[in-house]
Amino acid sequence: MFGYYLIIVLLLGIGTLVNRNNLIRILLLIIFLSAQTALAFYGFSHLKTSELGGNFYYDSLGILFLFVLTILSYTTIFHSYLYLQHRKDDSRNQSIYFAALIILIGAMTCVYLSATIGVMWVVIEATTLSVAVLIYHERTHLTLEATWKYVFICSIGITFAFVGIVFLSKALQEANSVNLSFSDIPSHLQNINTFWLKLAFIFLIVGFSTKMGLFPMHTIAVDAHTVAPPPISAFISTTLMNVGFVAIFRTYSLMSHTSILPWMNQILLLCGFLSIFVSTVYIIKVNHLKRMFAYSSLEHMGLTAIGLASGGIGYFAAILHMVLHSFVKASVFYQIDQIHRVFDTYIINKTGGYFSKNLTGALAMLLIFVSITAMPPSGMFVSEFLIFRSLFESHNIFLFVMILILLTMIMWALGKNIFSMLFLPYDEPGGKIVKINPWESASQFVLLSAAIYLGLNPPDAFMQLINDAVMLLHK
Amino acid sequence: MINVLLITFLITLFFIAIANRLMTYIKVLAFQGVILFTVVFIQLNDINTVNLILILMETIFFKSLAVPLFLAYIIKHNKITREAEPYLPNFISLIIVTMICVVSILLVNSIKDNELDKIFFVVALSALFTGLYFIISRRKIITHVMGYLIIENGIFVLSLALGSEMTMLVNIGIMLDIFVSVLVLGIFTNRIGDTFEAMSVDNLSNLKD
Repeated sequence: MFGYYLIIVLLLGIGTLVNRNNLIRILLLIIFLSAQTALAFYGFSHLKTSELGGNFYYDSLGILFLFVLTILSYTTIFHSYLYLQHRKDDSRNQSIYFAALIILIGAMTCVYLSATIGVMWVVIEATTLSVAVLIYHERTHLTLEATWKYVFICSIGITFAFVGIVFLSKALQEANSVNLSFSDIPSHLQNINTFWLKLAFIFLIVGFSTKMGLFPMHTIAVDAHTVAPPPISAFISTTLMNVGFVAIFRTYSLMSHTSILPWMNQILLLCGFLSIFVSTVYIIKVNHLKRMFAYSSLEHMGLTAIGLASGGIGYFAAILHMVLHSFVKASVFYQIDQIHRVFDTYIINKTGGYFSKNLTGALAMLLIFVSITAMPPSGMFVSEFLIFRSLFESHNIFLFVMILILLTMIMWALGKNIFSMLFLPYDEPGGKIVKINPWESASQFVLLSAAIYLGLNPPDAFMQLINDAVMLLHK
Repeated sequence: MINVLLITFLITLFFIAIANRLMTYIKVLAFQGVILFTVVFIQLNDINTVNLILILMETIFFKSLAVPLFLAYIIKHNKITREAEPYLPNFISLIIVTMICVVSILLVNSIKDNELDKIFFVVALSALFTGLYFIISRRKIITHVMGYLIIENGIFVLSLALGSEMTMLVNIGIMLDIFVSVLVLGIFTNRIGDTFEAMSVDNLSNLKD
């Protein structure tokens, strides 16, 4: 099944690239979405089986994020279509855009389902290349700069990850194993020189944090957000960060049965705390709507890393947090596309009175504010609460208090900016009025309510997937 | 024999540190490709033939022909000035690269592991950090790419150290090569040269808060 999926994705990618007819393009995209959905359901009904000579397998963590990706593919393709229609891009650029998008979704699917660390590394490269095409879509000076930085630093990151893989194999070699699959590695890591493991972990986490957008390598993701088309920002901030998370989670789960577990937790706590700290520093003074939400993503990645490091209920909370964050952050960027069409700028100072210009959109934005700051009706309240509980139970009281203070500052900064955009009267000179179809906000309401539903009343199958994924880790 | 080759590889790093012209950089990169070709030929003698031929082809065609020729073409086509324009004088560069080598040697010697091929690790780590140093100490975008290529050659040496048992690693290293070539092709086919007139990183500072 997975082989067929790969062939279909490649063919559809090529088809979209050469095709110039709008109707056929829509048809191809619909075929792609059905293939994607079919794969997700097929994988769900065939959990714990492997494909393509053991290079890919359907495990709970991968399937969970595959479902998130599938749902967001529908909305992202829909909003990309709107975005391209409003920009009046020519047919050639639209073809390149959608072809790259299809390849990107296919590559991310491969990352979630890959069964060996080598294969995962290769497909992560593929995501970098395809997303670079999309970041460069507007073809301005700034996009070129951001694309160059993104590709260059991502490739250095991916090189570091490769060094990590080499060190890991060095460790495995001492245990007389040449098998690099995730299911096989942990059994060989019991009595091994921990020096190699520590070195491997450091390099792998620095490398994969380019994708997850964690502290040491967060800057490029922020720059890429600034210039990418909003539907692509939604992808960079959600599913692509999930790619990084899956990579780091798998690395962590490989080594969580060895004696270096406390040391790894220290590293992750440090990365997480510094992520939140840096995001607080910048979010207070930032005046660019997309950068503001990019830093907010950084904060949430920091929280996830801390959840992972705290252990116990934190493992569960970290995965839940990633899923809910994906839904909420995606709707943020779909909404930002509308805001940009209304005000023709991303600078927060030059916006205002959004309620009078686009009522539905403004309501969505208000709901987004409640969700992203994790106030009670939002599902993220549950996951953040669990993360804090695990932090408390692992006796990190000082860190706990510091993070609460930083989160309060972030909440204040987000509130100040979002409310000024929604409520402050602002008369722009020229004053052309852009009408936004209220139905364009529908996807945001659906995603936000999905986040609330999954957080407050998670269905059994969803809980089962997360619990299975946590089983990989040390109790 | 391998030791001689790897030490030659190390010496090329010193040579780049004091080189002035971009063409010298390109020639050294091509030379590193040839060295790697020979090392592969000697080191990976017990892997299957098809795979060996693939790796040999990759080192000789990609590393020592295609990429250097393409870089030379870019320099000519975009009329990039021939000087490397480092931020620091060459003498200090030389000292820093020496320090990097010494630190790598000390680091690798501190590992208590009998099966370790120390020379591979020393050369690989030196190349890795020297490449990073070139990236932060040179002004032009194209020298950043060259710094990255040096890092990548270093990584290739590292994967060769384990290559006899794990050919998969070497193959993945080749994927990295192809990836970088696509990167260089995609970004440099005219675009950056036409848009950033001076091809300097000073033009890459518009995105900030």
